[in-house]
Amino acid sequence: MNSKLLSNIARFVILIFLQVLILNNINFLGYINPYLYVLFILLYPFAGNQSLFLILSFLLGLSIDIFEDSGGINAAACLVAAFARPNLLRFSFGISYDHQNIRLAFTPFGAKFSYVSLIVLIHHFVFFSLEMFSVNHILLILKKTLFSSIFSVILILLSLTLFSRKHR
Amino acid sequence: MQQIFNFLIRNKNSILFLFLFAVSIFLTVQNHSFHKSRFISSANWVTGGVYSWSNGINTYLNLEEYNERLITENNQLRNIISNMNDSISISKQLDSTSFEGDYIFRPSRVINNNFAKIDNYLTLNRGENSGIQKEFGVITSQGIVGIVDRANDKYSRVISILNSRSRINAQLSSTNHFGSLVWNGEDPNIVQLIDVPRQAPVQKGDTIITGGRSLIFPEGLPIGSIKDFTLDQTQSYYTINIKLFNDMTNIGYVYVIENINKDEIKELQEPDEQ
Repeated sequence: MNSKLLSNIARFVILIFLQVLILNNINFLGYINPYLYVLFILLYPFAGNQSLFLILSFLLGLSIDIFEDSGGINAAACLVAAFARPNLLRFSFGISYDHQNIRLAFTPFGAKFSYVSLIVLIHHFVFFSLEMFSVNHILLILKKTLFSSIFSVILILLSLTLFSRKHR
Repeated sequence: MQQIFNFLIRNKNSILFLFLFAVSIFLTVQNHSFHKSRFISSANWVTGGVYSWSNGINTYLNLEEYNERLITENNQLRNIISNMNDSISISKQLDSTSFEGDYIFRPSRVINNNFAKIDNYLTLNRGENSGIQKEFGVITSQGIVGIVDRANDKYSRVISILNSRSRINAQLSSTNHFGSLVWNGEDPNIVQLIDVPRQAPVQKGDTIITGGRSLIFPEGLPIGSIKDFTLDQTQSYYTINIKLFNDMTNIGYVYVIENINKDEIKELQEPDEQ
């Protein structure tokens, strides 16, 4: 339990620094950045305290916002993604989620992919909508959401494969 | 009563979600309004410290380019000085910190630079301790960068010209027709000059400079050249696309400009506006 707590704290801090120091400066084709820090929301223990999870996601987003001078857009996006997570878990993993003992590394690729991409899409859509803050830019919002999501999902799936421990 | 409590406990996550969501929306709206963004910003000691640490590493990679820019700028300045006696027009455009000058220039380094979002900011490694305050202009040797909007002791935050909230007075170099410089959020090398009257002789390739109506920038600083232009829906104003002289994606070192006479000019103008 203790090591789980430590690894979550470490993940929280490392992801923030990785995001603001490296990933936000990629600007592939001018505006496409991967948002890897969503990984924290994806990997938070499934059986963990839901209220604490919401607060932590909010703080995660807010820390990125302070670095990026973006008001509260990351915080809002993380919050929505975290709030939607239980439903998405049930949708992607079906009945096994209710047993609370699944591990992401052992799930079939299809289920993992749908879980990751749904959360990323929700996060990015809220993020870019709030960033533009205007209905006139809806096409630009959708464009940015789509391209950044592709980039993020690829990076997240790669890092899940790289850093997952296969032994129990 | 019992039922109310039960309801609250059963829905505590939804309520928590709504509360935190309201907070973040509030912060977002706060950030979108011009004069009120003071709750959170990257000009604090934690983020400022992290950024100047990482920038200390990054600067080494760009040293060669910065040197080249310095040489070019020195060359320009030398040209101006040596021709000072025979041309009055150029010397009028560039003020310096001489005794009767109206502007004070202070050097600073950009430690964080955004350009891919719709509201972009830069963070500088100098703050009030070095004399930098709100509403000072920020330029490089090639063009303008933005306006300081927050300063604390050691760091300051700059609203980039690549920000939907930025509006800077600018004019054609050949005539005195002026307009407002804005950004549509698409290309970090192209900004828009709007509200230029139809009578203005706009031509592709013409230079755009800062206008004399701004209290922040000296008149006549280069901004960019005209890429293309269209008339707006009312057919009476031009919207001009401008290619910036500055590379906003790679800035490095900047000058912060203080207008010494700003307060006096403001005082003079105030009764008229009311």
